[in-house]
Formats: sequence, structure tokens, C-alpha cells
Amino acid sequence: MQECVVVQVNGVWKRYPGSGLPAVRDLSLAVRAGELVSIVGPSGCGKTTTLRLIAGLERPDRGTIVIDGRCVADDRRFVPPEQRGVGLVFQDYALFPHLTVEENITFGIRKWNRAARAERVQELLELTSLAPLRTKYPHQLSGGQQQRVAIARALAPRPIVLLLDEPFANLDAELRQRMRDELRQLLREVGVTVILVTHDREEALVLADRVAVMLDGTIVQVDTPERIYLEPRTRDVARLVGEANFVPVRLDGTLGQSDLGAFAIDSALPTDGCIELLVRPRDVVLEPHPEGLAVVVDRRFTGAEILYRVVLACGITVETSQPPSVELPVGTRVAVRCNRARLAAFAGNERIGLAALLEEHQRARTSIEVLEQANGRHRESVSSASVAADR
Amino acid sequence: MSVSAGGALRGLRGRTWPTRTRPSGEFVLAMLVTSLALCPLAYLAWRAGEGGERSLAALWHPRTGELLLRSVGLAITVAVTSALCGLPLAWITERVALPGRRVFAVLFALPLAVPSYLTAFALVAVLGPRGALADLLDRAVGLERLPEMYGFAGAWGTLTLVTFPYAYLSIRAALRGLDPTLEDAARVLGESRRAAFSLVTLPLLRPAIVAGMLLSALYALGDFGAIAVLRYPTLTYSIYNQYRLSFDRSAAATLALLLVVLSAAAVVAERRWRRRAVFYRSVGTRRPASLQPPTWWAWLVLGGGLSLVGLALGAPVSVAAYWWWRARVLSEDMPAVGQAFLNSLLVGFAAAVLTVCLALPVARVVSQSQTSFARLLDVPLWVAYSLPGIVLALSIVSLTARFLPFLYQTIPLLLLGYALRFLPEATGTLKAVFAQQNPRLEEAARTLGLRRWSIWWRVRLPLAFPGLVAALTLVFLTTVKELPITLLLSPIGFSTLVTVVWNATAEAYWTHAALPTLLLVAIGVIPMVLLGLWQERVQSGQGG
Repeated sequence: MQECVVVQVNGVWKRYPGSGLPAVRDLSLAVRAGELVSIVGPSGCGKTTTLRLIAGLERPDRGTIVIDGRCVADDRRFVPPEQRGVGLVFQDYALFPHLTVEENITFGIRKWNRAARAERVQELLELTSLAPLRTKYPHQLSGGQQQRVAIARALAPRPIVLLLDEPFANLDAELRQRMRDELRQLLREVGVTVILVTHDREEALVLADRVAVMLDGTIVQVDTPERIYLEPRTRDVARLVGEANFVPVRLDGTLGQSDLGAFAIDSALPTDGCIELLVRPRDVVLEPHPEGLAVVVDRRFTGAEILYRVVLACGITVETSQPPSVELPVGTRVAVRCNRARLAAFAGNERIGLAALLEEHQRARTSIEVLEQANGRHRESVSSASVAADR
Repeated sequence: MSVSAGGALRGLRGRTWPTRTRPSGEFVLAMLVTSLALCPLAYLAWRAGEGGERSLAALWHPRTGELLLRSVGLAITVAVTSALCGLPLAWITERVALPGRRVFAVLFALPLAVPSYLTAFALVAVLGPRGALADLLDRAVGLERLPEMYGFAGAWGTLTLVTFPYAYLSIRAALRGLDPTLEDAARVLGESRRAAFSLVTLPLLRPAIVAGMLLSALYALGDFGAIAVLRYPTLTYSIYNQYRLSFDRSAAATLALLLVVLSAAAVVAERRWRRRAVFYRSVGTRRPASLQPPTWWAWLVLGGGLSLVGLALGAPVSVAAYWWWRARVLSEDMPAVGQAFLNSLLVGFAAAVLTVCLALPVARVVSQSQTSFARLLDVPLWVAYSLPGIVLALSIVSLTARFLPFLYQTIPLLLLGYALRFLPEATGTLKAVFAQQNPRLEEAARTLGLRRWSIWWRVRLPLAFPGLVAALTLVFLTTVKELPITLLLSPIGFSTLVTVVWNATAEAYWTHAALPTLLLVAIGVIPMVLLGLWQERVQSGQGG
């Protein structure tokens, strides 16, 4: 496994002169051959700096970068960008405005012999279906076409790794969707190793083989899209990769009580720690119930689904998304249940083990019954708690 | 008032004015200003046409060919050397982490504030035959001959010294507007820093280089003062002589027209270049270019730039200071220059205000309108600008003497002369400022109930404030040091610093010229330094 790592970043730090906090701190990442890794994070978390470090446009303060088995940056060495064999597609594409489409694509293979060059350009023009536009200048192209030129230009010298900096940020929503599919297709055809940077979680999940979540200058978790979404390592990662509701849990030994039901917790935890359950909007089920403890406070129709905002007994507002068949006017009392298989719990920022279900749930019952009961139990505990509070 | 109301209604329908039905007030004003600028040109054409065969004879005279060659040769060589000086200086002040970078950036533009004839005088005094340096070398090592100051070499050198800031400023602005990720892209695609410069940066800077070269070339074509001092007769100089010496002015008018054609050709060629430059500018936010650590090469360029400024600015100042000191020591009497100083200030300020007022409607119409006719409105201004000051002044003199004798040699006519000469400086600056203004802001103001003309006061001018200050300063600077228009259009007995210096040096009263020279340099340099530092601060603030 180790030998097919193409890009290896180890403990890299980078601080721009004049800014207090480092843009990148103690960052490590390994990318394997042929893999598409997307780095996702909020704007200003150091994603672009990471790409620039790999490309050689910035020099790391500390740490090493190895590309294709060759150390390109450490304490002493610094290989300049032109000798790294890295392709970079800039966020604004950075197409040379004084060169045509063809000249832009040829730029990086200027020194190849004429026949090889012509063949490579032709191949890329066809691959990106830019052939009819070869004599046009960048300002004559649409955003999507410019992006394809930028990708073709970066691919032309057959880079060891292709870096994409927010490739869809400059496109409008509809085009973005289409270009995303096209890019996926294209990269699969070429089979190049790709590192893609984006702030759009959907983009990151859809495109990548593995997703690296970056926060405050460092990578917090690298995993497959599924695991990133379902098993986020921290509360911040959970929030970053999808809409998230956090419902507080009251601890009772290893038993957790919440408005979504009761839970057993794996390990012994300090009881004063704040524990929260993560529940995604799609995993919430609402049912009108005259004695339900939650109230619908907002309803938005989006076409494919209806978004309800519900206030739980504990005062937390939860975003839920329901199929259009669920019709609940604002003010309706509802019982709230959730898909227990997809719950996660966090103590502070850290994820903790959740023995998922309480004993009675393990009896062979349908999950709906289980949930209803859990809700019922919970109601009792809440009312007793409020009595206690009154006292 | 009815015009503004009509304009307001039309404005609500869309921003495509001027419409065919009724042009807006601004458009009418812009047209008036442009036609005014075309008057001297039309007069010249008429005058040359009137001459008939004599005009043609002047055109085919062998001497004309020689003069033409001299003018064109001087213009081209000066333009090339200016660009060669300006490019490295622009690079080190914009991309190299030199200590005090911004101060040097302001310093390198200062030669613009020095009148060319002052630099020429000073260089002759220092380097010319029997000049200070020749004297010193003669005594020290017995060297008797220095390179000839008079003639082509001196004119070339002097004009390069005073015009290289045009190229420097233009290239520097383009460098700042250039997206540095383009250079990054070239690096990632396998080019070294040097190759990236020549493959990407240099081609993208070419329009700016050409624009700077055009300004230098026009200056060289139209220069009168330095040429006269250095005794290198060019077309411009001979036009002046023709006018002064002969009763038949059609020959002079023909030569002037020839010069106009030359200049206009240069202007048109440069416009074609510049059209593409629009796409070279990046839009939106971008990361600022990283500064390179200074190399020996950068220090060398810095030294070269400082010596250029030293020659252009330092030489006249030290020569004048020397004469002034000598006069003080020998207690020679020196004429009072207080009145001339005050006149210079007042005339300069009035001309700046008038010019900017005339430039506002033109700049606005050119930058905002959609029709190609309106966008070309400022071309005549540039053609008039390419008219050498001496020719413009002479045609205004003839024109008023013939048709408006009551205006001849009055202050308003002098101001108008300045305005016609320097309008493009103001429109150029303001056009760029207006083009950058977001039209949505004006539309927002309109929907908030502002009238068409109130928008000028409440939105446009406040937004254009930095540009207004720059335009006013630029026109003030050039007016204060302007020679031929001042000499020919000033009322009798009205003296400014320029006329005092010119008259004193013409009669070789060096000591009389000393103090006004110092004042003249100060009056140009001080506002320029202030403006430069202010702009540097604004830009560094924007750059983050």
C-alpha cells in the first residue's frame, strides 16, 4: 500500500508573513495513485494554501512534501513549481488572455517535439470537446468552456497529480451540476491522481474516492464519503459535511435521556460533560400526535420535500425534511422519532461510542413501535423533570 | 431645467442614452467641448488649404523631409529608451521587496514635474562645453572633449530623462492590475521565473508599454523648450520659426498639419493595441503578488533609477541653487518673483479647475455610453493633444486675432489654451474612474428619488473623488510648467515663473533665473509627492 502513495504531506506548517495565525498547521495527507481526494472545509481554512504548498507556489515553514517518491520540500530542499510535475487548475482558471485555446493548452508542452505536441493537443481537445474552439481567445469563451480549457492545459504535460482549486466556484448553479458530472467522467477516463479543494460539501462527497475534512489549517478526518457522513469523528466535521441537528442528552449513569429517546452509552463518561445527539434532517420522522411534546413552528415547501422546523420539549429547534405526503400545519403537536441506526453522539467536540439501543429495543419489535415507546417514556421523564424544576 | 427633466425620464427607461430623439445634457456638453478642441485643428486645415500651391511647396521642400526624419527619429528613440528605463523600474517597485519601495515608487515619477527646458539648461550647464563637469575634467585629467551635449544626443538624453516616468507609471499600473496567478500558472506548467516573465508577463504588459511609449513619443514630437535649448531643430521648432519669421503662415500650417497626422497615426495605432488590453485585466478579488527578495540586479536597477531622477531633477535644482548662492554671495540684485509665483499658482489652479470641469461630461459620456459614436468622442481631444503646444498656441493666437480680437491676450483665453491642451490628461484619468463605478449605484440613487443632476453631486463626484484629485493635480502640474502657450497667450506684462525663467535664460541672466527655477521645481514636485504618497497609501490599503 505504501509504495503507491503519490503525494505525501507530513506535518506541514505555513504562516504568511504579517498574519497572526498559521494558514496551515501540522497538516498531513497521503494520496494514493489514481485516487481522487477532495479537501473540504469552510472558506479561509487553508485549503488553497495546501494546494499551493503541494504545487510549490508557497514554501512550507516546517514539514516535508513528497511527490512520487521524490522529496520536493523539507527543511533544506525546495523544488520550484516548474520541476514538480504537478498540474494545477486555478479557481479563476488563470487562462492566458493573450493566447488562444490551443496555445493555452500547448503552453506546458512547448518543449515537446512538434508531432508529439500536435497529437497531445488534439487528444485533449477531443477529450474536452473543445476542438471547434481551438482558435478562440479566453474572453470569447463561456465559464464552462474556460474551465475545460484550464483542465486540458493542466493535463497536457501528463502531471503526476492534478490539483483542482474550487473548480466550480465560478460557475452558476445549473452549469455547476453539469460540469461536475462531466469532470467526473473526464477524470475517470484520464485516470489521473487528483486532489480537489472545495467548500461545497455535496461536491466533495459526490466527486471523491476519499474526503479530507479541513478545519482551522489542519486535516481532521480522511475517509470515504460514506464514513465521513455517517461516522464523523468530531461535531465540527458532522456540521461541515451535512445539515445537522444536535439534541442535548441528560446523562443518567451510562443511560442517556433525550427528546429523541433514551440511549445506552458505551463507555463511562464524566457526568458533567455535555453530550449531544446528531440527527440529520432526513432521519427525523414526524407524526401528528395530540399529546406530542414537539410543535411545528415553520413549514417550507421546496418541491421534492417539505422542510419542517420543530421545537422539542427541551427547547431545541430541529430542522427536518419530510416527503410531500406529510402535511402538517404550523402549530401541530407532533411526536418526533428518528432513524436510530444513523444516530451519533458527541461529548463536547469528540464522538463517543453509542451502544445505540436500550435493552427493550433489542426485543424483536418493529422500529416504529420501539420509537413510539421511547417517546412515551421520554414524555414521562420530561414531565417529572419539569415538576422537579417547579419545586 | 427642461433638459434635465427629459433626461430623467429617459434615464428611467434604460441607460442607452444618448437616444436618437433628444440627446442628454451631458452629451450636448461633451459635444461642445469636443468641437471647441477641434477649432484650432480646423483653423490649421483651413489655413493650409488657403495656401494652395505654397503649402504644397512647403510640404515637398527637401528641408521638410529632413525635419520630418529628425522628429520621427527623436520620437522613436526617446520612446524606446523611456520604455527600457520604465519597465525595470516598474518591476522593482511593484514586485521586489525593496526597503522603502513606496517612497522610491513616488520618486521615480517626479521627473514629470520638471519642465524639459530646465533639465536641458542644467545638463548644458553641467555637461555642456565649458560646463561644470567639462571644466573639472579639463583641470583634473586634461580631458577636453565630452560627448556633444548639443544636437541629437543631448535632445535624446534630456527627453528620455523627463519622459521615462510616462512608461514607468503606465507599466506599473498594468503590473498592479495583472493577475499574479497567471505567472503561477506558467510556473506550474514547467517554466522558470524568467521564462514565465517573457512568455506571460511581458506580452500582457505590451499594451501598457506601448501606451507609455506613445506619451513619450508625443512629448518628443511636440517639445519646444528642450529642443530650443539644445539646438536640435525639429519639425516643431521650425514651425515656430516659420510662424515668427514669415508673413505667409500657410507653410507653417501645412507643417503643423503634417505633425498632427504623424501624432494622430501614433494615437490610432496605440488605440488598436489597447483594445485587447481590456481582457488582460483581471476582475474580482485575487491574491496579491508575492514580493521577491531583492537581488543584486534589483539594487542595480534602483541605482540606475535614482541616477535618472538625479539628472532630471537634481541637476536643475543644484545648478539653480548654485547660481542663487553665488548671487547672494556677490550680493547681485535679483528681481522679485513674488508676483510671478502667485500668478503661476493662480493660473495653474484656475486652469486645472476649468479643464476638469470641461473634462467631466466628456469622460462620463465616453465611459458610460453604448453607442460607438459617443465612445469615440474623446479621440479629437487626443488628436488635439498630439498638437504641439507651440502649434496650438499659434493657431489660437491667429484664430482670435482674426475673429475674436477682444479675447486676444486675455487671461480667459490663456486658461482656455491650457484647457484645450491638457483636456486629455483629465479625461483619461476621469474616464478610468467613471468606468470603474458600478452603474447599479446610480440606479439605486435614482430609485431613492435623486434627480439626474443631483446624482452628480451626491453619487458620482464623491465616488470619483480620488480621480478628481489626481486629474486636478495632473493638470495643475503640467500647466504650471507649460512654456509655449504661456509665452504666446499671456497678456502683456503678465509674468509667471515660466516666463521669468525663460526670459532670464534667453538673455543669459542666470542669477535671475535661479530663484524662479527653484520655485518652479518646488511647485511641481510638492503636489506630485503629496499625490503620489496619497495614492500609494490608498492602493496599499486596497491591496490588503
